[in-house]
Amino acid sequence: MHIHRLEKIFLGLGVITLAAFFLILIALQVGESFKPPASSMTIDPTKVASTAPFDRPGLRKLPNGSYEAYYVGQVFFWRPSTLTVPLGAKVRFYVTSTDVVHGFLIEHTDVNLEVMPGWVSTATHVFRHSGDHLIVCDQYCGAGHADMFAHIVVK
Amino acid sequence: MMVLDRMNTATTSAQRRLIFAHLTVAFAALFIGTFFGVLQTLSHANAIQMPPWFDYYRMLTAHGVLLALVFTTFFITGLSHLAVYQTESYPHRSIALGWLGFWLMTLGTVMATFEILAGNASVLYTFYAPLKASPWFYIGAALLIVGTWFALLEWLFITGLWRREHPGERTPLPAFMVLANYIMWFLATIGVAIEVVFMLIPWAFGWVPGVDVLLTRMLFWYFGHPLVYFWLLGAYLVWYGVMPAILKVPIFSDSLTRLAFILFIILSLPVGIHHEFSDPGIADRWKLLQTGLTLMVVVPSLMTAFALFGTFEEYAAKLGKTGFFGIVGSLPWGDPAFAGIALAMLLFIFGGIGGILNASYTLDSTIHNTMWVVGHFHITVGGPVALTLLAATWRLLPALTGKRLFSVGLARAQVWLWFVGMAVMSFAMHAEGLMGAPRRVEHYTYGGSAIAAAWQPYSLLAAGGGIVIFLSVIAFAIVLFGTIFSRPDVTETESARAFTFALARPGDEAPSAFDRLGLWTLVAIALVIVAYAGPFYQHFSEHVYLVPGMRTW
Ligand code: HEM
Ligand SMILES: [Cu+2]
Ligand SMILES: [Cu+2]
Repeated sequence: MHIHRLEKIFLGLGVITLAAFFLILIALQVGESFKPPASSMTIDPTKVASTAPFDRPGLRKLPNGSYEAYYVGQVFFWRPSTLTVPLGAKVRFYVTSTDVVHGFLIEHTDVNLEVMPGWVSTATHVFRHSGDHLIVCDQYCGAGHADMFAHIVVK
Repeated sequence: MMVLDRMNTATTSAQRRLIFAHLTVAFAALFIGTFFGVLQTLSHANAIQMPPWFDYYRMLTAHGVLLALVFTTFFITGLSHLAVYQTESYPHRSIALGWLGFWLMTLGTVMATFEILAGNASVLYTFYAPLKASPWFYIGAALLIVGTWFALLEWLFITGLWRREHPGERTPLPAFMVLANYIMWFLATIGVAIEVVFMLIPWAFGWVPGVDVLLTRMLFWYFGHPLVYFWLLGAYLVWYGVMPAILKVPIFSDSLTRLAFILFIILSLPVGIHHEFSDPGIADRWKLLQTGLTLMVVVPSLMTAFALFGTFEEYAAKLGKTGFFGIVGSLPWGDPAFAGIALAMLLFIFGGIGGILNASYTLDSTIHNTMWVVGHFHITVGGPVALTLLAATWRLLPALTGKRLFSVGLARAQVWLWFVGMAVMSFAMHAEGLMGAPRRVEHYTYGGSAIAAAWQPYSLLAAGGGIVIFLSVIAFAIVLFGTIFSRPDVTETESARAFTFALARPGDEAPSAFDRLGLWTLVAIALVIVAYAGPFYQHFSEHVYLVPGMRTW
């Protein structure tokens, strides 16, 4: 088997580039600066409405000054439908579903979660700009999927 | 029957009928599916609103299933039959297994399509539980998949026979490529077959009360990623095997071609979790592991790019042309098959780059489930793969029917229109996806949101691209039917030569280890275990709730 010299160089450069991409991802994960969402919290999907804290979806302030937001997705709306968040707040989102799979996308942020019944998905975001954020459902959930959205108001 | 030489053996008319049957279903799926595609782009652009009796989501389910599953699978299986029959010639051997597979696939397709169009299965082509479709939809999907296994079985028998009669020789390259692709496919489809047969069908009939949602997704994507490589290797069969024959040069490197396909068998499977970066219940370390493996599967595509440029260079050298522009200018652009396949390759450069971006979950979190992803797979499967198959048709058709193309000019226009339309539509989809437009949404209003209004110009641009692609489909249909209904006027020798596979250059014989597909299958299984043992162990050690599911459309 003969491999052309130029092909060796070409493949070598390709492999080095790919390895560099991978090393960056490893560094981000080891350094805790970017990890994919990977919560392993579960919840009984038939009892969401009576399971704290999802019985009262909304924002909680923690003693350390950061926030937690609890969201419930259900055909075809999010609860809470509007959430007011103080400017600069660091918010950890906990999102679950009572029925089918939904997607929780806060526009123009990195918060983008598959929301599955039986599971709680999590992500964190710091709100550095005041104004209105649109949340859309970005996983097909049925006939009313296009009209499943909510708002976060930062002020 | 005309026996040309070993690699150029013509097929028998019985074999050609089987191949043509596969293409017939593929083209029917193409015509219906792309018509729906155009309506989707218009609905997105808020230009039309689908009526309740034929809503957007049943149409989108039909589009995904008919194009991504039916068109591709039928066309690639038909093409693979041709590759095996031409290069391991047993004209008198029964092709009953091939027909059995075809009828199972067709029955499954009819069942699934009927349920989709009737509105009983608006679950999209990923059929994520716990969206609960009619059981007959899942049974149809299972039959479509199981049918392909019989085709593989037939090729394994034929190749076994051929190897016994040719001891010490390497399996003919086209047959090798087909087997590599379908062995990978077989391993992948086991996952979705388990999902459908043991989880979804009993649940859809109401025999079990609930379904393990995450497990169905892990099984689906264990299949879903190799699915895209199954499409791609269908195109690579043409790129590596037929393109050099069109240019009348030898295969760039027989050994490296086999090596690339072996890498695909091994690396296509252990990467499905890169579709689940945003799922809960799968630890970040497993996501990292499969990202690493995903980046590795880029390597055989880099090898492919090199081999193809090498092939072009060799062709140009015969004409005394060198240098980038010399080479590009010397290529036979007037041949619609060549032009279409070359344009498909060009699109794949952008598809490949996009794929590397998606594999990095840092970037994925901004584009996951947005129109970016839709742009990405139209510039991979919709562009490179589909265009390769359609362009190949301009040589397959004379080979199968013994007729001249109805209009070479229109065939040429067809490939260019597809190329331009796909490029425009895909660009617009990528752009609006970056701006946050979610996918699988019938219209963008969100209560008059200004963010959603900003996507509108790109939705319109995508619709423009979609219409151009549909013009290409119309041109395709005209040449296709025009050719089929014309009188035969090509001699059998000539028609057999229209679609042939290239030969290796003398002395280029692959190491015998490359021909040991059984060995590489075992390596692939071992790597699947490495990649999936962790996620499955995690899954089964957690308390998982079963979900009853419902029909939400
Ligand atoms: C006339 C040509 C085509 C047009 C106008 C078109 C248009 C579209 C549009 C607008 C969507 C996105 C819908 C949404 O997310 O709401 C879509 C989805 C899709 N298209 Fe196409 N498409 C065309 C051809 C193809 C081809 C040739 C293939 C594959 C061989 C393909 C495969 C898919 C798949 C798999 C989806 C995803 C379906 C889903 O999200 O469930 N399309 N297409
Ligand atoms: Cu939704
Ligand atoms: Cu993939």
